[in-house]
Amino acid sequence: MNTLRVPVVEKILNANDQLAEQNRRRLDQAGTFGINLMASPGAGKTSVILQTIRRLAGSTRIGVIEGDTAPVTIDADRVISAGMPAVQINTGGDCHLDAVMIANGLNQIAVDQLDLIIVENVGNLICPAAFQLGTHTNVLIASIPEGDDKPYKYPNIYRGIDVLILNKIDLLPYVRFDMDYFRKGVEILNPGVKVFPVSCASGEGFDPWLDWLRAKLSKE
Amino acid sequence: MHELAVTESILQIASEHASKAGAKKVTDVYLVLGRLSSIVDDSVQFYWDALSEGTICQGAQLHFERIPAKMACLDCGTSFELPGELILCPKCQGGHVKVITGDEFRVDSIEILQESGENL
Ligand SMILES: Nc1nc2c(ncn2[C@@H]2O[C@H](COP(=O)(O)OP(=O)(O)OP(=O)(O)O)[C@@H](O)[C@H]2O)c(=O)[nH]1
Ligand SMILES: [Mg+2]
Ligand SMILES: [Zn+2]
Repeated sequence: MNTLRVPVVEKILNANDQLAEQNRRRLDQAGTFGINLMASPGAGKTSVILQTIRRLAGSTRIGVIEGDTAPVTIDADRVISAGMPAVQINTGGDCHLDAVMIANGLNQIAVDQLDLIIVENVGNLICPAAFQLGTHTNVLIASIPEGDDKPYKYPNIYRGIDVLILNKIDLLPYVRFDMDYFRKGVEILNPGVKVFPVSCASGEGFDPWLDWLRAKLSKE
Repeated sequence: MHELAVTESILQIASEHASKAGAKKVTDVYLVLGRLSSIVDDSVQFYWDALSEGTICQGAQLHFERIPAKMACLDCGTSFELPGELILCPKCQGGHVKVITGDEFRVDSIEILQESGENL
């Protein structure tokens, strides 16, 4: 027997990244724009999805892939009640969705008939950041009651996003939230990232987000 | 944390490269992880011991090389290391910074035992 050092130099999540590439090609072939929506639990992912569906329903066919750590269908049921198809992916306790789960989700939904697929990732600010899904854009929802220090504590998720939705701005009068401090943290991590302050409670702020989305959809 | 998924990937990568190299056994796996990847070494080691059982990697030692998170200030040129959480440039307090190292996340190499003579 002899000992030998074998060079490998392979990214640990290489297999996931490659499957994500396949998911991307599949969406592209169907002409469907894909969003990976990430946030902490309760930040308002489902609320933003429902508002978006309500406002785009006339012009856009939207499907939703709901990731949950438990076999509950609460979020998917809400989407279906709003008149759009949804599939529930149970991660079996896993803290994030990965490209395999999205590939399965795409098998259960009529991708070809959709203009937009929104993936509601598992509520978590750490793990989803590491796993590419194959969607076209990463959107993070932060919400006012979570506090203004989140960019400083969870830098990785802020670094990888294209759009930041700042939800629950109706609560600004009641919660201590230093907007400049928050924005500075975001700017360090992700210079020039699009930020849309909104409220799902009042509907305030949704037009700029929807304009951005429409512009993306018309390109796809 | 996603250490389980990460460990599964490490095992898959190490096993694949080991079989390709005609290994009898993998003795060591060398990982390079930047400080910005939020992975806990002890958890990976724990899952590794369980997952590698009965595979070519059983009993292999994991080695973690941690690369510090180094930032450079684009305004004043100062380089500095992140203490864990995000900080502004310690010299000019600016927020215009760039990541230099700390994103590494790879299996760098493995050490294997080979039958003598198979080594070409
Ligand atoms: N005041 C206020 N409450 C909101 C707003 N948006 C969402 N909420 C409330 O916040 C709670 C959580 O909202 P969800 O949309 O379920 O949040 P989520 O991120 O999908 O939660 P999980 O899927 O469980 O992680 C609900 O009680 C919502 O009614 C908002 O803009 N303002
Ligand atoms: Mg939800
Ligand atoms: Zn500086």
